[in-house]
Amino acid sequence: MDDIRHIALTVNGQPVECDTPVRLHLGDFLRGILGLTGTHLGCEHGACGACTVLVDGEAVRSCLMLAVQANGRQITTIEGLADPDGTLHPLQQAFAEKHGLQCGYCTPGMLTSLAAFLRDTPDPTETQVRDAISGNLCRCTGYQPIVEAALLAAARMRQTEGVR
Amino acid sequence: MGARLVGAQVQRLEDPRLLTGKGQYVDDIVLPGMVQAAFVRSTHAHARIVSIDTTAARAMPGVRGVFTLNDLGPAVARDRMPQTAPSPAIRRSVTQYVLARDEVCYVGEAVVMVVADTRHQAEDAAARVLIDYDVLPAVVDCRAALTGQTAAHHGAADNLAARLSVGFGDIEAAFRTAPHRVTLTLDQHRGVAHSMEGRAVLAAQDAVSGKLTVWSATQSPYMVRRFLARVLGIDEQDLRVIAPDVGGGFGPKAVFYPEEAALAAAAVKLGRPVKWAEDRKEHFVSTTNQRDQHWQMDVAFDDTGKIHGIRGHVQHDNGAYLPYGLILAATSLAPFPGAYALPALQMTLDVIYTNTTPTSPVRGAGRPNAIFAIERAVDRVADHLGLDPAEVRRANFVRADQFPYVTGMKARDGSPVAYDSGDYAACLDRALDMADAAGFPARRDAARAQGRYLGIGVASFIEDTGLGPFEGATVRVTPKGRVTVLTGAASQGQGHATTLAQVVADGLGVALTDVTVISADTERFSYGAGTIASRIAVTAGSSAHLAAAKVRDKVLRYASDKLEVAIGDLELNGGFVHVAGVPEMRISLGDVALALAGTVGQRVPSGLEPGLEATAYFESTATPHSSGSTVAEVEVDIETGAVTLLNHVIVHDCGKVIHPGIVDGQITGGAVHGIGNALFEDMLYDAEGQPVSTNFGEYLLPTATEMPPIRIGHLETLSPLNPLGVKGAGESGTIPAIPAVVRAVENALAPFGVQINRYPLNPERVVNLIDASRGKT
Repeated sequence: MDDIRHIALTVNGQPVECDTPVRLHLGDFLRGILGLTGTHLGCEHGACGACTVLVDGEAVRSCLMLAVQANGRQITTIEGLADPDGTLHPLQQAFAEKHGLQCGYCTPGMLTSLAAFLRDTPDPTETQVRDAISGNLCRCTGYQPIVEAALLAAARMRQTEGVR
Repeated sequence: MGARLVGAQVQRLEDPRLLTGKGQYVDDIVLPGMVQAAFVRSTHAHARIVSIDTTAARAMPGVRGVFTLNDLGPAVARDRMPQTAPSPAIRRSVTQYVLARDEVCYVGEAVVMVVADTRHQAEDAAARVLIDYDVLPAVVDCRAALTGQTAAHHGAADNLAARLSVGFGDIEAAFRTAPHRVTLTLDQHRGVAHSMEGRAVLAAQDAVSGKLTVWSATQSPYMVRRFLARVLGIDEQDLRVIAPDVGGGFGPKAVFYPEEAALAAAAVKLGRPVKWAEDRKEHFVSTTNQRDQHWQMDVAFDDTGKIHGIRGHVQHDNGAYLPYGLILAATSLAPFPGAYALPALQMTLDVIYTNTTPTSPVRGAGRPNAIFAIERAVDRVADHLGLDPAEVRRANFVRADQFPYVTGMKARDGSPVAYDSGDYAACLDRALDMADAAGFPARRDAARAQGRYLGIGVASFIEDTGLGPFEGATVRVTPKGRVTVLTGAASQGQGHATTLAQVVADGLGVALTDVTVISADTERFSYGAGTIASRIAVTAGSSAHLAAAKVRDKVLRYASDKLEVAIGDLELNGGFVHVAGVPEMRISLGDVALALAGTVGQRVPSGLEPGLEATAYFESTATPHSSGSTVAEVEVDIETGAVTLLNHVIVHDCGKVIHPGIVDGQITGGAVHGIGNALFEDMLYDAEGQPVSTNFGEYLLPTATEMPPIRIGHLETLSPLNPLGVKGAGESGTIPAIPAVVRAVENALAPFGVQINRYPLNPERVVNLIDASRGKT
C-alpha cells in the first residue's frame, strides 16, 4: 500500500528528483510533496478541472494521473505559468482585467486549460472557448467573464505573435 | 473631494496572488508535526449504533488516534451541538452531536474520526472501523413525515421542528370580494451549494500558551469562535479563528460544523496540529444544502390582474437536524409580497425533519423559493385573464412614488418591513427593452415556422439585504502613509478587500494600492457576524466609510493646527493633506500618523487622541431592498426535452455600485446558480434515504457551454439607510432566475397547453410534460 518509487521529472522548468508513494496522484504529489499548493483539488473524480496542470504541454487533470506516471515528463503548474521575470501570462493579465475570477479556487485549472487551448487554437470563437472550459467548473463567475478574458488574451497573443 | 474610486472598475487587489498560485486556502497551510483526519460517516439514513469497534483501525500504520464521541472529552461529549440561531419560533430544536452518540439520522453523519500521519493512512484506517448498526425506518419525503408513523429521531412524537406564519390585511375579505382566484401547487427543489473548495479545518494548540487556533474555510469565523469555545468549554480569548482565502461559500460555510469541534478537540488531545479537507463526496452528504419545498397557494384577483390576496401553506424539508435555526425557513416567507403592493396575505410554513442531510441557506436562501411562488402566481393570473404577464406585474408593483413602502410584513426583530427605494417598473421596462421583448413574437413565429419552439419569461423581485446587526472596520494609517483596514467580514471571493479599499481610499485621498485589507481573523478585529444575506457592502462598507471619515477628521484637525489654516481650506489628496490651491503647503498622512504615534516625554500634538486610526461599527437597523427584473429567452427541443438558453437579461438596482465588475460578477454568477437550479441540479434520495446523486456525473452543475449571454443593466436608486447608499447584490442574480427560466420554458410549450409547477426542468420532465399534455388532447 505504501510502496515507494523514485521519480525524476521537470516541474516549472526545474528538475525534480524524489521518492513518491506509488498510489499518490499527481495533484497530491505537487501539493503535498513539492509544496506547489497553487494546484487545487475540487472533486478528485476528474469532473471539475480545478486540478488541471500541463503535462508535456497537454492539459491533464492531476487527480486522474499518478505521480509515478509523471516520471520523465515536463509539468507546468499555475506557479510556472508566468514568465520567470514575473511578467504575467496574457491569460492571467486578461483574467485580472475582465474579472475572470472571484474566489480563485477554479482559476489555476481554468488558466492551465486555456493556456493549452490557445496554443493550439490561437484564434478561437466564443463557442470554442466555451467548449474548451466545458470540463472546468466555476461556481462564482458564471463563466462569461472567463470567456471574455480568454478571447482578450487570444487577441493579444496573436498580436504579439504578429510583431515577432 | 468627489469620489474617485467608488464606482470605478479598478483591478482587484486580491487577483495578483490568486492568479499566480499564491492564494492560501486552509488545505494549503502546513504546520510542523501536522497530522490528518478522516471521518467515518453513517451509511444509513436512520439507525441505532449498537457498537463501534476501533481496534483494527488503531493498529493501522501511522494512526495517531481514533475518536468516538466520548474520546473527544467530557466537555464535547456532554451535549448536542448548540443551536446557533435560537428563536422562540423553534418548537423542537434537534442538533447533532459532534460525533454521533447512539443514533445516526442521515447518510453522511460523522460517527468516528481517525487521525493519522497522512490523509491516505487516515482513510485506510477509517475503512477498518467496524460499526454495528440496528437500522431504523427512515422518513425521506417531508410530505409524509407529518402524517406517518415514522420519526426522524428515535422516540420523537412527531417530525415538526416549527410552524411559521406570516400575514397582514383582511385575507377573508380579499377572497370574498375578488372576482377571480387561481390555485397553485408547486414542487420546488434547490440543491447543493458546491463551492469549488470544500470545507476545510486546521486546528493547532500553542504548547506554551495553550491558545488554540482554528483555520476554517468558513463564512462566519466569529460565530465559529463563539460556539466552538462553548463546545470545548473554554473562554473565547483562548481561541483564535481565522478564515484565510476561502474558495467560495454560497451559504453552507456560514454554519458551525461538527468537524470544526472534532478537529479542535483532537488537536488538544494529540498535542499536534490536525487538518481535514472535505472531499467532494463528503460535501454532497455532510455539508448542509437545500432541498424540497412543497407549496400550496390560492390567489385572489380582479379583472385588471390586480392581486387582492394570497394565502397558502408550505412544507419545508429541513433534513435531519436544525444547525442554523429557522434562517432558511424564515427566508422562504420573508420576501412576500415581492415587488408588489398586496392588500392581504396569509402564509404558513411547516419545518419538517427528515432523515436527510441537514439544510441551511444556499445562495438566496429561501428567497428564490418565495419569489418563484409569487412570480408563478402572477403568471397564472395573467394566463387566467389572457393578459401580458409584464402588464400584470406593472398593475401590482409598488410604485416609485410609494417609497418608503410599508409592506405589512414584520422583520426578524418584529419591526415593520419597509422597502426603502427603487423603481420596479423602470427596471422591468428596461429589462424588456434590453431583451427586445417587443421583437419576441416575430422571433417565435419565425422559429415555429421551422418547427422550433421559443419561449420568453419575465420575473421581478426584491431582495432584503444588509442584514444586521453589524460588521465593523478599523482604519489605521502607518508612518509610511500606508493604510490598513481591519474588519471581521470574511470573504469567499466577493472581493471585499477591493471594495473596502475603494471606500477608504476615497475617504482619505490615497491610492487604492496604498490600502491593505486584513479580514476574518478574530485576533485582528474584535467583533464580527458573518458573510451572509448580501450584507457586507452595507455593513462593513459603511463602517469602513465611517472609520475613514473619523481618520480624515483627525488629519484635518492636526493639519489645521500645524498649517494654521481653517479646516475648510484643506484637502486630502495623493497621500497628503494640503491647503486648497496651494499644494506645496502640505503634510503627508504618514507624517501625521508618526506625530500622533507619540514621542517620549512630549504631549500628543493638537489636543488629539493618540494614533491615526479609528474604528466604526455601522449598525444596519433597517433593511435596504435591492430589486430588479429578469427576462429569459429559451428554445425547447420538444423531442429531447433539452432547453437551450438563448438570452438572459437582468436589470438590477442595488443602489450605489461600488465596483461595476464585482457587482456584475455577483449578478452573473448568481444567475448561473439560479439557472442551475431551474434546469439541472437535483439532489436525489431513494426511498430508504440513500443519496443517489453524489458525484458530478450524477449531479449536474451548469457549465460554460450551456450558459446564455447574460446582460446586466443597473438602476441606481440610492438607499437612504446607509451612508454609501448601497444595497446588497450577492444573491440578486439567483433569486429571479428560476421563475424567469421556468416561465420561458412554459411559454415555449404554450402550444401544448403545458403548465409547469416543478423544477428542476430536466429533459425527462420536459418530455413528460409534453407527452402528458398530448395525451390529454
